[in-house]
Amino acid sequence: MRELIFYLLIIGAGTGGELCVSRAMKAVGEVKDFRPTALLGVAARALRVSWMWVGLALMGTAFFALLAVLSLENVSLVVPVTALSYAAGALGGKFFLGEQVSRRRWMGVLIVCVGVAFVIMGRR
Amino acid sequence: MNSSAGPHFKTYLLILLMVIFGPLGNVLLGKGMKRIGPVNLQAAEALDLLSRVLTSGTIWLGIASLITFFVAYMLVLSWADYSYVQPASSVAYGMVALLAHFVLREVVTPMRWMGVVIICLGVVVVGQTPPRTTEPT
Repeated sequence: MRELIFYLLIIGAGTGGELCVSRAMKAVGEVKDFRPTALLGVAARALRVSWMWVGLALMGTAFFALLAVLSLENVSLVVPVTALSYAAGALGGKFFLGEQVSRRRWMGVLIVCVGVAFVIMGRR
Repeated sequence: MNSSAGPHFKTYLLILLMVIFGPLGNVLLGKGMKRIGPVNLQAAEALDLLSRVLTSGTIWLGIASLITFFVAYMLVLSWADYSYVQPASSVAYGMVALLAHFVLREVVTPMRWMGVVIICLGVVVVGQTPPRTTEPT
């Protein structure tokens, strides 16, 4: 039961956090200058976008849930299970960020999910 | 969309960094948390647990790796679609299985390896789609 709670937090808060961070970074704009001072400027601009703070809070929650479940289960099981967020991520990309997810990309996501299912079934 | 090799090169470079440092971070966190012991949902133990987590060198190394992963991730998300980057970086699952097997000595069953291969196949399909579908803002 506690593992299930941790997994739900990792997938739910993690995916939500990534979507918020992605939305914030799109608002910041494409990064073209990779010098350290320019990157600090990008970070400062990103932290002025409220979506970034929501995203960081959600990702922090997911991080502590990940730590908790890693104390209970093997890494080679935990990390693939967290990939169940792929479907949620593609849906979020389409409906939250307005991205056009092509049929081919959906197929790729589906294949990845089938692989994840094999990983879970190969528990023993 | 810019059709030159530039955007694709920097996209692939940052995804490579994500694929290396993401799994490394997870494996280090796993190693550190196994040393600390099982986490319970009891508030009384929370402070003690937090202090053990924050004084673990392995956990901090894992956090440093994940920060590197996160910086690469945020940079690539400034121009490429989330629904492209997330699946493309899933080759990291193969890296996690390899590191878990060879570094942590975890038992990875044949079915789990098959799952990893299928995941990589999915990554190839995803990688053949354009990295950006929305107009820059």
